[in-house]
Amino acid sequence: MKEKKVDVAIIGGGPAGLAAAAKLAGDGIGNILIIERNEWLGGILEQCIHDGFGLEIFKKSLTGPEYADYYIRKVKKLRVPCLLSSMVINLSRDRVLTVARKGELLAVRAKAVILAMGCRERTRGALCIPGTRPSGIYTAGVAQNLINLKNWMVGKRLVILGSGDIGLIMARRFTLEGAKVLAVVEKLPFASGLERNVVQCLNDFGIPLLLERTVVDVHGRARVSSVTIAKVGPCGRPIRGTERKIACDTLLISAGLIPENELSRGAGVILDERTVGPLVNEFYETSAKGIFTCGNVLHVHDIVDWVSFEAERLAFGVKEYLKKGCIAPSKIDVKAGGGLKYVLPQRVSGARTVEFAMRVDQPGRNRAVVFRDNGRIIRRFTFNRVSPPEMIRAKLEESDFKGIKMLSVDIER
Amino acid sequence: MKYDIIIIGAGVVGSAVARELSRYKFRVLVLEKENDVAYGSSGANSGVIHAGFNVPPGSLKAKFNVEGNRIFPRLARELSVPFKRIGKLVVARNKTERSRLEELKDIGVKNGVPGLRVIGKKELRRLEPRIEGEAALYVPSAGVTSPFLFTIALAECARENGIKFRFGEKVIGIKKTQCGFIVRTSAGLFRSQVVVNSAGICADEIARMAGINRYRLYPNRGEYLILDKRFGNLVGRMIYPVPLKGAPGLGIHITPTVDGNILLGPSDAFIKDRSDTRTTASVFSRLIKEAEEMLPSLPREAFIQGYAGIRPKRVSARMKGFRDYVIEEDPKVSGFFNLTGIESPGLTAAPAIAKYVTSLILKSLSAGKKAAFKAALKKETRFAELSLRDKKRRIRKLPRCGEIVCRCEQVTKEELRDAVKGAFGIPSLAAIKIRTRAMTGRCQGGFCSPKIIEMLDKEFGLNKENLILKTKESYLLACRTKDLRR
Ligand SMILES: Cc1cc2nc3c(=O)[nH]c(=O)nc-3n(C[C@H](O)[C@H](O)[C@H](O)COP(=O)(O)OP(=O)(O)OC[C@H]3O[C@@H](n4cnc5c(N)ncnc54)[C@H](O)[C@@H]3O)c2cc1C
Ligand SMILES: Cc1cc2nc3c(=O)[nH]c(=O)nc-3n(C[C@H](O)[C@H](O)[C@H](O)COP(=O)(O)OP(=O)(O)OC[C@H]3O[C@@H](n4cnc5c(N)ncnc54)[C@H](O)[C@@H]3O)c2cc1C
Repeated sequence: MKEKKVDVAIIGGGPAGLAAAAKLAGDGIGNILIIERNEWLGGILEQCIHDGFGLEIFKKSLTGPEYADYYIRKVKKLRVPCLLSSMVINLSRDRVLTVARKGELLAVRAKAVILAMGCRERTRGALCIPGTRPSGIYTAGVAQNLINLKNWMVGKRLVILGSGDIGLIMARRFTLEGAKVLAVVEKLPFASGLERNVVQCLNDFGIPLLLERTVVDVHGRARVSSVTIAKVGPCGRPIRGTERKIACDTLLISAGLIPENELSRGAGVILDERTVGPLVNEFYETSAKGIFTCGNVLHVHDIVDWVSFEAERLAFGVKEYLKKGCIAPSKIDVKAGGGLKYVLPQRVSGARTVEFAMRVDQPGRNRAVVFRDNGRIIRRFTFNRVSPPEMIRAKLEESDFKGIKMLSVDIER
Repeated sequence: MKYDIIIIGAGVVGSAVARELSRYKFRVLVLEKENDVAYGSSGANSGVIHAGFNVPPGSLKAKFNVEGNRIFPRLARELSVPFKRIGKLVVARNKTERSRLEELKDIGVKNGVPGLRVIGKKELRRLEPRIEGEAALYVPSAGVTSPFLFTIALAECARENGIKFRFGEKVIGIKKTQCGFIVRTSAGLFRSQVVVNSAGICADEIARMAGINRYRLYPNRGEYLILDKRFGNLVGRMIYPVPLKGAPGLGIHITPTVDGNILLGPSDAFIKDRSDTRTTASVFSRLIKEAEEMLPSLPREAFIQGYAGIRPKRVSARMKGFRDYVIEEDPKVSGFFNLTGIESPGLTAAPAIAKYVTSLILKSLSAGKKAAFKAALKKETRFAELSLRDKKRRIRKLPRCGEIVCRCEQVTKEELRDAVKGAFGIPSLAAIKIRTRAMTGRCQGGFCSPKIIEMLDKEFGLNKENLILKTKESYLLACRTKDLRR
């Protein structure tokens, strides 16, 4: 097989891969290769034609394609080679990638690999929603792809299950197109998308958000004709007697994103059950030497700006690795405690400043994030408002790590 | 045009009969109400090629099951259909169940099933470390196939040998005339001398159209859950419970599929509406609960999809008891061949049933053998299953094989185009799915379905009406953007 040798192979040309490439190439790393299975760069952003991207990085509101374009131009200017319409079908632990593309199967041997494959959507099947199996059931991302990239409307009367951001954005998009969005149904007592999206995409258009409810049945033989929704009890199970049928022709599912770690698993990378992404240290190196990761494949981000920042921090790690041939060992475990879904990175060296990313499991006001070493408080950060859709960030300085063996983080009640 | 034989229903049975008849110089027409083959229970079962220890000795079920199992490996090779003889374990949880294993074994031996052996706890542990049980009946001859690819291959082979298929033709009336039958469908009239009724769960209705009122079928639904391939090696063999006496099904089992997933199911429940293939929340929880009893380490977040198939039972919930297949020329309506009550092990038995039906037909209608009959169907191995070297070779020969469209199941553009071109009816997403496995992985088409829809639209020029999931009415797209604003 034809073999190509590179310093850095980046799997995925979405915002994570692009930002990492731009930073590395900008810092003088020469031999980089981006491999992207779509015929375009920009990842999922290309179908996100709404605005609100870039508020943190550019301090202005861009559309998804505009945001991506900034990085695409940068990468092009720096002449980073990209293989488009090329799918990585295998990655080995010793960093050999197998790439399939029209007319050839390629082996790429890399000193360092960056996993930037993004995520996929949770489907009806994964949610085990019973009922008939007609046409008219789509994940919100598929509907977004069809409406924004191919000008196809999947339906005219929709119910949306799950209040994830894509679902909220789609509720507005379909309404603007003249379709009727009958309800957004959410199992939790709060929306799982960002506050601003609830306001701008639902409230502004009078679309009802039905909390603590879920879809329990689908009807219609050929095409969806209605769905049954019901209230859910505290244990998450539907309550009998609360069922209500809503006539519709489409069910959109926006019930969560799952990091796409098939390649990572194949390479023996250890995953965190909580994030469903790889375990990483502060250099964003996974359990496999020389394999780094950032973006939605690592943990699902709410806004893309954090992805770009994360990619830049990763680039620092990759450069260290290329320079020294290895990354300093990270011996301090970081554990997410009460009130947190996860904390990242899961391991640190203690030798430098680290920015942690966290997600709470419940909304709340005036909450403190507390870092402890064996019960001893190291640092406390207070937040006016916390909510699960919004990632929290907090920095510990090098000095904070002195003498620490194990770090735990929790939300103080 | 007058046909010699009309076959009603293009399930595995109708397709197997069509292929068998295509050895002879008959003019044969297959009428199918749906848009494709394998739409009925032939596309909604466990995909198991049964051994034959669970059916009463001397019955047609036993005879055709054991014969079907014996000839399957050769047939699968001939038709390029995947088949894996992975074996089966019927697992006993206690002493009483253990004694039932010996009974099952005795039945099997009587039926001529090879290699049956009762094994103890230790050996069970060794074979299947994750399975709980005291003892098991080991059934080495049981295997798994793709019921879709098998039915498709039978039908394609029949088509290659000159059999005509018409889809979207629902039979709504049958008239016996002096010189044969007039079969009326939703779309037209067809004449033939012989009719083969292989309409599955609707076979009693079809018989009634011909004035035969002796049969009544009771629909019984079996629901399934499919596990992500990631958990495909939880078990290496099929794991069955000891069947309850007189139960309508074989009990909820754990079945590795030929493609590497695992199925949980099927349940059994009599239902009213024979086309009601919905799944239900209560059965989903039952499937998980019963599978967990045998496989305590069953992961919870492992499912990618559910489905259900309908058994054409000849007994109702109240009647109980064993009923055999009916495979005969009607004693009153000559030339009308009924194949009713073809429930499990119908997939396994279909080739043997087809041979038998053909021999019955040849008694009243004679024709010479076709010299040019081609028994084999050459199909390429799926790209995903090739070794790296063979993948490389394939891509060099067919560059489009490098373009992978379905990421989960690694389906190439070349394979998708072949499926579209080879489809019997409209190339629906379901037709593409069952031929290629695109959209059947863990993301369920999240990545590739927009690409496939675009391919059908742009490359194959399908208009909106023909961009469908399964049936004509199951449209995928409502309209273009801006249409509702006009
Ligand atoms: C449908 C959807 C809508 C969103 N809407 C918003 C929003 O409104 N606002 C917001 O701020 N954020 C939004 N996000 C989140 C934001 O876009 C993501 O955080 C960001 O796109 C993540 O970047 P990424 O590079 O990690 O992943 P992606 O953008 O998904 O990019 C991953 C890339 O890797 C490629 N790839 C994957 N596997 C392979 C392989 N094996 N071989 C080759 N290439 C591969 C993919 O094709 C893709 O281009 C949305 C996310 C999704 C999924
Ligand atoms: C839950 C379940 C699990 C099973 N598991 C197994 C197994 O593991 N192994 C095994 O060997 N067997 C199994 N079986 C049995 C096997 O699936 C069936 O015996 C077999 O598929 C029957 O094939 P068929 O062609 O008779 O019926 P079908 O596949 O139902 O075909 C009948 C066809 O007739 C068509 N039709 C009906 N009415 C009309 C009309 N009016 N006009 C035109 N066309 C019409 C239908 O559309 C359909 O395509 C299982 C069955 C079920 C339900």
